[in-house]
Formats: sequence, structure tokens, C-alpha cells
Amino acid sequence: MRLQQLAHPRHDYSYAFLDEFAKRELRRRILKAIAIPGYQVPYASRELPMARGWGTGGLQVTLAAVGPTDTVKVIDQGADDSVNAANLRRFIARMAGVQTTTDTLAATIIQSRHRIPEERLREGQLLVLQVPVPEPLTHVEPSVTRARQMHADADYALIWLELHEQLVRYRTFTGGADYPVVVYGRYLMAPSPIPRWDTPMLHQAAHLTLLSAGREKRLYAVPPYTDVRPIEFEDVHFQVESQAGRVCAQTGAVNRFMNEVPQPDGSSRYILSDTGYAAKLVRRTQGEVVEIGATYYDEQGRFYHTEFLHHDD
Amino acid sequence: MMTRPGLDHPRLVREVPLLQARGLCRRYGAITAIDGVDVSVYRGEVLGIVGESGSGKSTVLRLLNLEEPADAGTYYLDLPGYADQNLFTMDRYYRRQIQIRHIGIVYQNPYLGLRMRHTSSGNVAERLIMAGERNFATLRQAARGALSASEFPLERMDDLPIRLSGGMQQRVQLARALALRPMLLLLDEPTTGLDVSVQALVLDTLARIQRELQIATVIVSHDLGVIRALADRVMVMRHGRVIEHGLTDQILEDPQEAYTQQLVYAKL
Ligand SMILES: Nc1ncnc2c1ncn2[C@@H]1O[C@H](COP(=O)(O)OP(=O)(O)OP(=O)(O)O)[C@@H](O)[C@H]1O
Ligand SMILES: [Mg+2]
Repeated sequence: MRLQQLAHPRHDYSYAFLDEFAKRELRRRILKAIAIPGYQVPYASRELPMARGWGTGGLQVTLAAVGPTDTVKVIDQGADDSVNAANLRRFIARMAGVQTTTDTLAATIIQSRHRIPEERLREGQLLVLQVPVPEPLTHVEPSVTRARQMHADADYALIWLELHEQLVRYRTFTGGADYPVVVYGRYLMAPSPIPRWDTPMLHQAAHLTLLSAGREKRLYAVPPYTDVRPIEFEDVHFQVESQAGRVCAQTGAVNRFMNEVPQPDGSSRYILSDTGYAAKLVRRTQGEVVEIGATYYDEQGRFYHTEFLHHDD
Repeated sequence: MMTRPGLDHPRLVREVPLLQARGLCRRYGAITAIDGVDVSVYRGEVLGIVGESGSGKSTVLRLLNLEEPADAGTYYLDLPGYADQNLFTMDRYYRRQIQIRHIGIVYQNPYLGLRMRHTSSGNVAERLIMAGERNFATLRQAARGALSASEFPLERMDDLPIRLSGGMQQRVQLARALALRPMLLLLDEPTTGLDVSVQALVLDTLARIQRELQIATVIVSHDLGVIRALADRVMVMRHGRVIEHGLTDQILEDPQEAYTQQLVYAKL
């Protein structure tokens, strides 16, 4: 057998935009990230026809993982139809020749900025989160070198000290989106700026989550069925944003993550942040038969891992 | 040694020192900060270190606090499980565990010892957090306990140290150092820079804590009054070496070395 027969035929363009060498490098980094849950793996972030900060990290992971039989969904803050999501989706579809969808259940790869869909992801699905700041210690330890040493020693006292200070000064945790979590009891991880509502969805999830920061050149992973715990005290617990009293003006849904829409009269309306899910609910009320998956939270706002969230109130 | 029934040797003769360091050396480039310093301290004992500026007193404390590596020397603490371990050659992780759980330090400059942008109570609680405490009520309780033991006004426990007086800052440092009930307390000029009346109050607190907790203490001061008030034994340092050591009375009443005589009899 000759080398020429073993090698792929030469192409002028490579599949999924990135050249094979770049994809191989990314895949090796992804495997390493999966092997060490929550650990930030450095990688050579490539140039893409898109500015850094617009999801290039997530895009590279998606392009390295995608194949012709995949179905891709792209969302930005829950919305399939935002300009950024639409651009990314079009680019991936053109470069990889894949089908796209807005239906979470139909997608095999979901690239997302700042949200996890309301419908539970299942085994075999891949969630790619775009990350602006991968280092969870940035705001307590400005020195990158020291932060790395703290990760190496699993020395996260400073982050708990920060919680202590919040309770002393404001009597409540003030952390919003991107709430730090501990993965597999080992690494402190920034879950990307998802709302606290989405944070528990990473815990013991059936799907694989890959998180990637293109500008900072770091990627990390939460493998399926891995413990992910938001940082909290034994006696003062992590809380998700309360959605109580909010009803989606479009679908009537309750206990889902809502976007607030200010009204001219000063009041507020709420609509579902997850537009793919909202579209399916609307179609069902119009009499269509649509498959809607089980959600992470039930109609009463109870999370599906029943012991996971504490309600202090 | 023979012991007659009913008549034991004094405690200090029978006991092993808690701290035994031999031949400590530390160089900074061309400067030799300390050169062959031996230190030993017993449980419940206060060792004073005096000497002129630049003689290497703070360097000794930094080495004993495991903050910096020694260029030469051995360092043993008589702690369960660690007694025959030279702490200088131990793994960084375990060194840190010992530093957190068994050693407390108060610096002359409060900026070195305190987080100025965190609350005073947080500064104290941090020691417990480092040791793995994750219960908020316990942290509050412990901070309150340690701060009141160092006679800090509790109504100000949630103020930032940067807004406190120098004396109060030293009390926060002391509370932080003692929060985990360490075996060894290191004090680097704890009262320098305080006015005389505040200095006296802080000294009272230190003396009381020393009596109650029976910690092994090393105190550095250029103020012989402080040393006289607290120390059982004294080491005199010069140019990075120990030139004289002995019981406090002995050294202060009957100094042998010319330099020590100068130090003791120097009057303004
Ligand atoms: N980080 C450092 N880098 C370089 N030289 C240092 C460093 N720390 C200390 N030294 C030097 O080591 C010597 C001993 O300093 P050290 O601070 O131990 O003296 P000291 O006895 O505590 O003096 P003082 O009474 O003024 O506090 C000095 O010559 C000092 O300049
Ligand atoms: Mg000094």
C-alpha cells in the first residue's frame, strides 16, 4: 500500500473551515478537558472571519466537533433569532453542510451564549458555551500566576472569603450570572455568564458541556454525570433567581427563565428567554402536534434533581 | 540523668522544645541577611529577639513562618505526625497546612498581615476558611471570639482595617493569628509605631494571651522595655548572627558582649 492511497485526497478547502491540523489540536485539547473536569486547558485559538469576543471560542469547538450528520442549534441569551446567533448558525451550516434547527430536542450540537435551554438535554447531545472570562478567580486574585497556583493547590479560600464578605455587608450573596461552581469536587469553574437559574442544570447532566474562550485561549469541560456545585456555605445556600409571579405574556408559561420587557406605562411584561421552547408552546396552542421535552424545572419551580437546591427563604 | 523519687527535673529540662531550628541561612543576592542562626522555643515560653535595624530579625521570622525558603538550615516543630520532618524540605502543600494550622504571625506593618479591603471579621474568618470551615454561623462566632480575646471593640468588627487605628489593626492581626489556636506565635515589632499608652494596652493583651494559651512565642522588638515585659529568654542579633543569648534578666542586667552592653545602656 502506498502513502498516497492512505492519505485523504487533496482539497482546496477543508471541511468545517478549520484546517485538519487545527481541528486535531482542538480535539486533543477537548479530550484533555473532558479527562480533567473543570480544568482550563490552553489551546491555540485560530483566526476566524469574526472578531474575538463574538463567540470565536465556542465556534472553534463546534467546528472541531461537527460532522455532516449533525444538527446544529445556535442561541444567544436564549434566542435563536438574534443577529449574532443567526450569523454563527449560517457560518456553521455553510462550512460544515449541516442541518440547523431551533428545536432543542432535534439538535445534536447546541452552541450558546449565556443560556442553557429549558428542556433537559439528553445523553449524546453536546452543549458548547461561549466564554468571555474563563478564570473564576479573576476578581479575587488579579495575578494569573497566583491564580494558577491556587487551582493547583485547590486553595479556594479567597472565593469563600468573598462570600463571607457579601453576607456580612449585604446579608445575601450578590453574585449574579457566571456564579462560580466546583466541578467534581476539585476545580473551581466559571460556568460562563449563564444566569444562576441555569447553574444547577450542569450538575449530573446527561449531556456533555464544553466551554471555550477564544480570546483567552482556554477551554474546559463538564463531562456527563459529573457533580457541579455552586459555592455556598453549609448554612447559607445558593439561590436561583426567583421567577415567582412571572407569567410569559406570549405562552402563559410559568417558572421558566423570563426576560423582562419594560412597558411604556412603567410596568413590566415577561416573555420566555428560551425562544425555541416558546415557539413550540405557541405551535401547540395552535393545535399542532409538537414534541416538548421534560424541563429542568417543573411548573412549581422545583428542580428535577430534587435534593439539589435548598430553599432558604 | 538520675531522678530521685518525688523530685522531678524541672519541666524545661524534661521537655523537648516545640521549635528547633538550626543553622538558618538566607541570602538576598549579595546580601547575607542571616547566617547560621539557631532558634529553639519551648511550649509556653517567650523568646525575644533584639538587634539593630537590618540585623536579620524579620528574616528569621519569615523563615519560621515558612514564607520563604531557607538557603541552609533545618526546622523542626514538635507536632503530632510531623516531629521528625524538616519543614524546609517538605512538600509545599503540607508546609502551607502547617503554616495555616499551627503558626500565627503579627507583622510590624499591618499592610503585610491584613487585607485592607476586607472586613476585620473577614480577615479573622479567613484563617478558618483556609482550614476548611464552610459554616457561616461558625465563622462569625469564631471571629467574634478571637477578636474579643484580643480585646478588639466588637461593634467595629465589620469595619475595614484601613479605617481602624494602628492599635486596633494590631489587635485584628493578633486575632487573625490566634483564630486557629496555633502552637507557635510570631510577633514582629507588634507595638512599634503605637503611642506609649496604646502600646502598654497591647502589651497587656499579649501578656494575658500568652499566660492563658501557653503558646510558644517569638517576639522581635528593638524596644528593650517590651522584651523585658514579655520575654523569658533573649537572643541578640547583629549582622545576621546571634552574638549573645540567655535568660532575659541575665542579658539585660549583665550583658557580656560589647554591642549588647551598648544596646542595654544606651540612653536617649
Ligand atoms: N526581600 C529582600 N530582598 C533583599 N534584601 C532583603 C530582603 N529582605 C531583607 N533584606 C535584607 O536583609 C537584611 C536583614 O533584613 P531584616 O528585615 O531581616 O532586618 P531586621 O533586623 O528585621 O531590621 P528592622 O529592625 O529594620 O526591621 C537587610 O540587609 C535587608 O536589607
Ligand atoms: Mg524587621
